[in-house]
Amino acid sequence: MNDHTSAGRVDYLNNGYGLKSWLTTTDHKRIAVLYLISITLFFVLGGVFATLIRIHLISPRGVLFGPSIYNRMFSMHGIIMVWFFLIPSIPTVFGNFLLPLMIGARDLAFPRLNLASWYIYVVGGLITIVMAILGGVDTGWTFYTPFSSMFSNSYVLLTAAGVFIVGFSSIFTGINFIVTTHTMRAPGMTWFRLPLFVWSNYATALILVLATPVLAVVLLLIAAERGLGIGIFDPSLGGDPLLFQHLFWFYSHPAVYIMILPGMGVVSEVITAFSHRSVFGYSFVAFASMAIALIGFFVWGHHMFVAGMSMYAGLVFSLLSYLVAVPSAVKVFNWTATLYKGRINFEAPFIYSIGFIGLFTMGGMTGLFLAALPVDVHVTDTYFIVAHFHYIMVGGMVMAYMAALHFWWPKMTGRMYNRPLAVIAALTIFLGFNLTFFPQFILGYLGMPRRYATYSPEFQMLNVLSSAGASILAVGYVMPLLYLFWSLAKGKSAGQNPWDARGLEWEFADSPPIPDNFARTPVISWHAYPYDRPALTIGQEDLFDSTLKPESPDARH
Amino acid sequence: MIIGHVVAKRVYFLVFAALMILLALTVTLAEVNLGRFNIVVALTIAVIKMLLVMLWFMHLRYSSHLSWAIAGAGFLWVVVMFALIFSDYLTRSWLGGVHVP
Amino acid sequence: MHANNPNLKHQFSTLEQQHHSYVAGMWVFLATEILLFGGIMVSYTVYRFQYYEAFTAGSHDISLPLGTVMTAILLTSSLFMALSVRASQLNQPKLCALLLAITIILGLIFLGMKAFEYYDEFHKHHFPGRHFAFHGVHLTHVALFFSFYFVMTGLHAIHMMIGIFLLALMAVLSLRGHFNSERYEPVEMAGLYWHFVDIVWIFLFPLLYLVGTAQ
Repeated sequence: MNDHTSAGRVDYLNNGYGLKSWLTTTDHKRIAVLYLISITLFFVLGGVFATLIRIHLISPRGVLFGPSIYNRMFSMHGIIMVWFFLIPSIPTVFGNFLLPLMIGARDLAFPRLNLASWYIYVVGGLITIVMAILGGVDTGWTFYTPFSSMFSNSYVLLTAAGVFIVGFSSIFTGINFIVTTHTMRAPGMTWFRLPLFVWSNYATALILVLATPVLAVVLLLIAAERGLGIGIFDPSLGGDPLLFQHLFWFYSHPAVYIMILPGMGVVSEVITAFSHRSVFGYSFVAFASMAIALIGFFVWGHHMFVAGMSMYAGLVFSLLSYLVAVPSAVKVFNWTATLYKGRINFEAPFIYSIGFIGLFTMGGMTGLFLAALPVDVHVTDTYFIVAHFHYIMVGGMVMAYMAALHFWWPKMTGRMYNRPLAVIAALTIFLGFNLTFFPQFILGYLGMPRRYATYSPEFQMLNVLSSAGASILAVGYVMPLLYLFWSLAKGKSAGQNPWDARGLEWEFADSPPIPDNFARTPVISWHAYPYDRPALTIGQEDLFDSTLKPESPDARH
Repeated sequence: MIIGHVVAKRVYFLVFAALMILLALTVTLAEVNLGRFNIVVALTIAVIKMLLVMLWFMHLRYSSHLSWAIAGAGFLWVVVMFALIFSDYLTRSWLGGVHVP
Repeated sequence: MHANNPNLKHQFSTLEQQHHSYVAGMWVFLATEILLFGGIMVSYTVYRFQYYEAFTAGSHDISLPLGTVMTAILLTSSLFMALSVRASQLNQPKLCALLLAITIILGLIFLGMKAFEYYDEFHKHHFPGRHFAFHGVHLTHVALFFSFYFVMTGLHAIHMMIGIFLLALMAVLSLRGHFNSERYEPVEMAGLYWHFVDIVWIFLFPLLYLVGTAQ
C-alpha cells in the first residue's frame, strides 16, 4: 500500500478554496461532492416525511393528521425520494466522480454541462422545497388524472414544474455519460475491459435519455389541462385518463431501472474487491445490464392491470414483465458465484452488498408474483406493493448507495472512517429495514390498502412492528452521517489503495485524486478485475505486459 | 485544418429542391380521396423528407455510426411506445367491453 | 501531455475526438426531443384513432394554404441553416452570420404566420376550454383536436423561439471571431437543433392539416 499523500500536494479538494471556486468548478470530482451534499439533504427531508408517516400509522385511527394532510405526506415522501434522491444518487455522486477515473480520462466529455446539471437539480429542488412548505400535493407521486389535472386543490403545477426541471438535470447527466463512455476511454480500454460499474451507468444513461422526455411530455399535458383549461384527459370531452397512465408509466417503469442499475454496478465492484476475485461471467453481467435497460421499456403496463386497460394488452405486459426478471437473476447468480473460493473481507461495503443481493432478490421475486395478473388483482394498491418496492429501493438501492459511500469514501476524501462502527451501522440498517418492511408484505396480503390515513384495527400489531423497525432504521442512517463527517476532521489518512482493490481509480489515482486525475494517461492492457496480479501503483500507468496473451473477459483469476 | 466533412453547395440545393417537390406532392395527393391510405401516403412522404434533412442537412450521411445509432434509437423508441400503447387501444373492444365513444 | 492548441478543450486529446463528442452529444439531446414530440404525437394518434370524424372536421377548419406556405418557409430556412454551418466550417464568419440572419428572418416570418393563425382560431372560439364553440357535428370531441393543435404547435413554436435565440447568439459570436475551421461545433450543433425543429413540423403538417382533406 503506497502512500503518496504529502503536505503541499495539490489535489482536487485543496485546488482553490472558497465558495466561488466550488460553485464555478467544472471538475467532475467537485461536482460529485456538490451533489453528495445536496442529495444527502433531500434524503433527510424525504426521511422526515417517512418518519411522520410511520408515527402516524401506529394507531388505526391515525396519530398525527387527517386524511387530507396524510395524502400530502406520502406524496411528498414519494416525490422527494424518487426524483431528488433515488434517481440522481449513484450516477451523480459516484458516476460523476468515478466514470472518468475508471476509463482513464481527465474529465467527462462536457464538464460545463455537468455543472449546469447540478444547478438545474438545485433549482428543481428549491421549487420542490418551497412547494413542500406551502403544503405540497395530495395526488401521490404518480399524479393520476383527472384528479391531478382537474380536481386536486394542491400545488400540482408548481410540483410538476419542479419535477420537469429536475428532469433536465437527469437528461444532461445521461448525455454526458453516454458520450464520455464512447469517446473518452484511454488507450487500450476496450468496452470489455471496462469495470462493470461503467456498464451499469452507461445502461442507466441510455434509460435516462430515452425515458425522461416522456415524463416531460406528460407533465406538460397536465399543465395544459390544469393551467390553460385545455381538455386532454378529461372524460367529458372524450379524453382518456388511461392515456395519462400509459405515458406516465412509459417513463416511470424504466425509471425504477434508472434507480437500481447503478446500484447493481456498485455491487459488482464491491463484491469483486471484497472477495478479491474477478467477477464470475463478466460478459453476462455486462449484457444483463443492457438487457435490463432494454426490456425495462416494454413492461410498464403491469402498473395498469386493474386500471381499465385491455386484458389482452395485460397479457402481453405480464409476459414481458416475467422476461425482465431474467437478466436481474443472472446478475444475482453471478455475484454469488463470484464469492466462491474468494478471500472475503468482511467490511461495511461488503455487508451492504450482500444485504443488497438478499433483499433485492426478495423484492425482485415479489415482483414476479405481481407480474401474474390474478395475484396482482388481489394485492395491487395494498401494502404488498409498498413492501415490494421498498425492498428493492431501500433494501437494494439505498444499501448499494451506502456500500458505494463506504467503499469510495477513502478515495474521495483521503480519509478512513471508523470501520467497526461502520459494520455496526450496516447491521443496524439491515435489521431495522427488515423489521420495517417485512410486516408490510403480510399486511398487504391480508388486505390493508395503501395511501389510506386510517386502517382496520386488526392490522395494528404489524403496523407497530413496522414503525418500531423504522426507528431502528433511522438510527442506522444517522450513524454514518456522524462518523463519516467525523472522519473528515479526525480520520486517519487512507492511503492510495486501502482495500487492495484493482481498477484505475485505486491503482493510478491518489486519495484524493489530483485535479487531472492521472499524472500520466494510463495505457490499459488488463481485463477489468486482475486480482491474479498484485495491485499496481502510480508511476506504472503504462506498464504493458507483452507476455500477456489476449484472453476472454470471462476468464477468472 | 478543416474539421469534419465539407458538403458541396450543389448538394444542399438539390436536397432543397427535392423537399419542395415532395411538399407539393403531399398537398396534391391529400386532395385525392384515397380513404385510409391518405395518411399512409402523407406520412411516407414526411418520412422521406425527414430522411433527406437528416442525411444531408444534418450530415448524418457523413457522421459516425454512433450518431446513426443514436438517431435510430430515438425513432425506434417512439415506435415501441406507439405499438405497446396501441396494443391496449386496439384490443379494448375485443371482449365486447365498454368502448369509449 | 496535452497539445497546446487553443481550439482544443482541456478534456479532449485531439480535435477529431472533440468534434466527434460534440456532434454525438447533440444527437443524444435530439433523441430526447424525438421522444418528447413522439410522445405527444402518439397521444394525438390515440384520439385521432378514436374520433376520426371529429378530427377531420377540426382539420378542415385550419387553413391548408397557410400551412403549406409555412412548411415551405421552414424548409427554406433549413437550406440557409445548412449553408451557414458550411460557411463557418470554411472560415467565413461574416457569410455565416449573414446566412444565419436570413434563417432567423424566415423563422420569424413563420412565427408571425403562426401568431396570425392562433389569433384567427381564438377569434372563432376554437381555443378549448370554457368558451369553446365549434359549428358542426361532434362538438365535444373536436375540442380534443384543438387541444392537440394548440399544444403541439405551441410546443413547436417555443422550440422555434429558442432556436432563433440560439442562432442570433451564434451570429454574434461568429462576427466576433469565435469560430474557425477547427472550432465551429456550436454553429453545427445549433444547426442540428434547427433542422430537428424543422423535421417536427414536417410531421405536424400532415398530422394536423391533412386529416381527411379530400373527405
